[in-house]
Amino acid sequence: MAIIETTNLAYTYPGGSKPSIRDVSIAIEKGDFVILTGPSGCGKTTLCRCFNGLIPHFYSGKLEGELTVAGVKIVDHPIYEIAKRVGLVFQNPENQLFALSAEKDVAFGLENLGMPRDEIRKRVDWALQMTGIEDLRERAPHELSGGQQQRVAIACVLAMQPDVMVLDEPTSFLDPLGAKKIFEVINELNGKLGITVILVEHRLDLASKYANHVIIMDEGKVVLDGEPREVFNSETARLIGVGIPKATRLWQMLREDGIRLKEAPVSSEEAAKLLRGVLKT
Amino acid sequence: MSVFEGFRFRRVTSLIHRLDPRVKFLYVIVMFILAVLFNELLPLMALFLLQIPFVLVGGVKREWLRSLKGALFLAVMIFVFNFIFTFLYPPVSVPSASPVEYPLAMAVRFLVLVESFSVFFLTTSPDHLSLALEQSHVPYEFTFAFTTAVRFVPVLAEEAQTIMDAQKARGLELEKGNFLKRIRNYIPILIPLIVSAIRRSLELAEAMESRAWGASEKRTNLYVLKLKQEDFVLICVSAAILLFGFYVRYFVHIPPLNALLPI
Amino acid sequence: MIEVKDVYFTYPSGVEALRGVSLTIKNGEFVAIMGQNGAGKTTLVKHFNGLLKPTKGEVLVDEVSTRDVSVAKLARKVGFVFQNPDHQLFSETVEEEIAFALRNFGFKETVTKRRVTWALNLLGLTGYRQTSPFMLSGGERKRVALASVLAWNPKVVMLDEPTIGQDHQQKEKLRQFIVQMNAQRKTVVIVTHDVEFVAECNPRVMLMSEGKIVADGEAKKILTDTKLVTLASIVPPQITQIFLELADLGLPTDLIDVYEARKTLLDHLEGKTPT
Repeated sequence: MAIIETTNLAYTYPGGSKPSIRDVSIAIEKGDFVILTGPSGCGKTTLCRCFNGLIPHFYSGKLEGELTVAGVKIVDHPIYEIAKRVGLVFQNPENQLFALSAEKDVAFGLENLGMPRDEIRKRVDWALQMTGIEDLRERAPHELSGGQQQRVAIACVLAMQPDVMVLDEPTSFLDPLGAKKIFEVINELNGKLGITVILVEHRLDLASKYANHVIIMDEGKVVLDGEPREVFNSETARLIGVGIPKATRLWQMLREDGIRLKEAPVSSEEAAKLLRGVLKT
Repeated sequence: MSVFEGFRFRRVTSLIHRLDPRVKFLYVIVMFILAVLFNELLPLMALFLLQIPFVLVGGVKREWLRSLKGALFLAVMIFVFNFIFTFLYPPVSVPSASPVEYPLAMAVRFLVLVESFSVFFLTTSPDHLSLALEQSHVPYEFTFAFTTAVRFVPVLAEEAQTIMDAQKARGLELEKGNFLKRIRNYIPILIPLIVSAIRRSLELAEAMESRAWGASEKRTNLYVLKLKQEDFVLICVSAAILLFGFYVRYFVHIPPLNALLPI
Repeated sequence: MIEVKDVYFTYPSGVEALRGVSLTIKNGEFVAIMGQNGAGKTTLVKHFNGLLKPTKGEVLVDEVSTRDVSVAKLARKVGFVFQNPDHQLFSETVEEEIAFALRNFGFKETVTKRRVTWALNLLGLTGYRQTSPFMLSGGERKRVALASVLAWNPKVVMLDEPTIGQDHQQKEKLRQFIVQMNAQRKTVVIVTHDVEFVAECNPRVMLMSEGKIVADGEAKKILTDTKLVTLASIVPPQITQIFLELADLGLPTDLIDVYEARKTLLDHLEGKTPT
C-alpha cells in the first residue's frame, strides 16, 4: 500500500515564471527508506514541502495534480493536521529549535496539539530515548553541537509519531561522523518503528546503504525512480552528474575492464565482499 | 553595558529561583508602590536594604552589584538634578531637612526600582517567566515571541561577529573616517544581519507550521507552575510589608535624617 | 609565506581552541586543513589574515607578524571566503559587491572596473552584473562571494567549508577552479571535513584534533592511516574503506582514488605485483 502517491504533481512559486516541479508521479510504499537526490535546483526541496503541506498552504503559488499522503489529500487539510502524519526535519538545525531546553522543544508540537500533560511527558521521554539524547534534555540549543541539535530536531518530529518523516539535507552542516550518526538514528526509526523515511541527500556514499528506494530529480522532473543499484548504475545518473557512491563507480569501471561482480555495491562493505569473491579465485 | 549584565539570567538554583515568578513579580510591585509612596530618605533606604537578603539568598551578588554599578551613573544624575531643583524651590513640607536629603531620597528611589527588577530578572529563568506569562493568560504568541527572542540572542551576537569578521576580511575598516563615514561603515554589517534575520524568521515559521502550530485553541504545556509553601510565605511577607508601609506613611511621622544624626 | 610558531589561542569565553600549533605554508601550495567540527580549523585560518591574534606564540605572513599589521593590510594578501556567502553580501548589484573590497583597498576606479569585469568573467557571472545578489540562487551567491575575493588578486586564497550543500557537479567545478588558481601560483588553503573531496584533490593535508595538528603530509598517507583517522574522528574515503577491509589479501591499503583503485585491482588480478 502506497503511503505517498502523486499524480502529475506540478508547482509554481508565486511570481515564478516556470514550475519548480512538474509531471511528478511517484509512489512510496509504507516503510520505505527513500533517498531523494539530484543536482541543486532540481526541485527536491520543493517536493519535500509538498509532502507536509507547506505547499500549498504556507507558500501560495499554483499547485496542480494529485498528492495523497497516508490516505489524506494534502490540499484538503491544514498543515497542523498533516503534521500529525508527516514530519519535516530541515537543513539548518539552528532554525528549527525555538525553546530554551531540548525537552521543551520536543514537547512543542505536542503542546500545540493540546495533548494532556502526562501524555506529553511520556512521548517526550520516549522520543529523547529513541534518538539517544536523554542526557541532553535540559540543555539549551546553543550549548549543543550541530549533530546534537539535529537529533533534537528529529526527536521533536518523532514525538508527534508521524507515519512519514521527511528530512531535507539534514546533514549539510555536519561533519561525516555527525552525518553517520544521524543516518543511523534515522535507519533505526525506519527499521524499529516502521516510519517511512524520505531523505534528501547529496552524500550518497554515506547514506545509500540504508535506502531501498532512490528517486533522482533534474530540472523539476523525476528522471529516475527505483531500486538503488539500478538507479545509480543508469546512464542517466551519469549524464546528470549525480555523485554516486565511489564503490558503485569502481564497479562500473571494473565492468568496463571486463571484470564482473555479482551485483553493484553501494557501500564499502558490499564492495569489499564482492571483490573478495573475485580476488580469491 | 554592565547594567544589562545585571538583568541576564544565570543558571543557578536557589530558593529564590524556585519561587513562582508571579509571586516574585507581586513582591516587585509592592516594592514599586512603596518606593513611589515615600518621599523621605529613611523609608527608601529601608526598601533598598530590603533587596539585599534576596540577593544573598539568590546567590546573585556579583551580577547584582554589576547592575548597581551601571545604574549608579543615572542615580547620580538624578541626585544632581534634584539638588539643583530643591535649591531653587525648597520643599515646603520639611523645611528643617538638609537640602541634600530630598535629592538623595530620589536617587535611592530610582535605585530601589531598578534593583528590585534586577533581582527579579536575575533569579527567574526565561523559561519560568514564559510559563508564568502563559498561565497568566497572556496570549501565547507574545510568550513565544519572548522566549524565541531570548533563545536567539547568543546566536545573533555570534552572527554579528561573523559578519564583522567577513567584512573586515574584505578590507572594511570600521574605525576609519569621520563620524559620517563611520556610520556608513556599518551598512555592510547591518544589511547581512537584517537579511539573515528575515531568512531565519522564514525558516522558523516553516518549522513552527510543520510542528502543528495553531492546531488547537487550548494549548497545553509540559510544565505547570504550582504555588508552593515558599510562595505563600512570600505572598504573606509582601502583604505585610505593604500594609506596614501604608501604616508608616499615613500614621507615623518620619524624621529627616539630620534629626537622627548628632550634627 | 605563512608561518605559525607555537600558537595558543583561547577565546574570551574561555574555550582553548588552539593548543600549540606550528606549521609553514609555502607560496603556491594547496593545503587542506581537516578535522572534526570543533577541532580548531576555522580558528587557525582566522589567524592567517589577522582576524584573530594568538594568545601565545606568533603568526608571520610574509615574515611580518600579524600583531604588527592591521587586518585590512593582511586581507590584501590573504583572501578569505567565508562559509556562508550571506554573511558578506549586502550590495545592490553583483558589480557593487565585487567592487566593495577593491574600493576598500584603495584601487583606482578604472582599475576597479577592469577587475570587476575580469572576476565576473572568471566565475561565469557576467550576465548577473546588474542583478541584486539576493536574487541569485545559493550556488550563484557562493560564486559571487568567491569572485569578490579573487577580484583583488590576493596571494593566498582561503576557503572555509566550500563544499557544504554543493552537489557533485558544483564540487567538480570547484575542484577544477582550485587547480587553476594553483596553476597561477596562488596559495590555496581550504578548511574542510569533506574527505571525498580531498581524496579527489590529493592536496597536502593538515589534520587537526582538539586544537592540535596531529598529522601533516600527503592526503594519501594521512587519510589511509587508521590510527590517525580514529584519533581525529574523521571518516576515511569510501575507496580506502574498501581496501582496508581487503588488507588481509595483501593489497595495498594507502589508496584514496577510484582510478588508482581500479589499476591496483587489475594489476592484482593479472598476477602482477601490486605497486
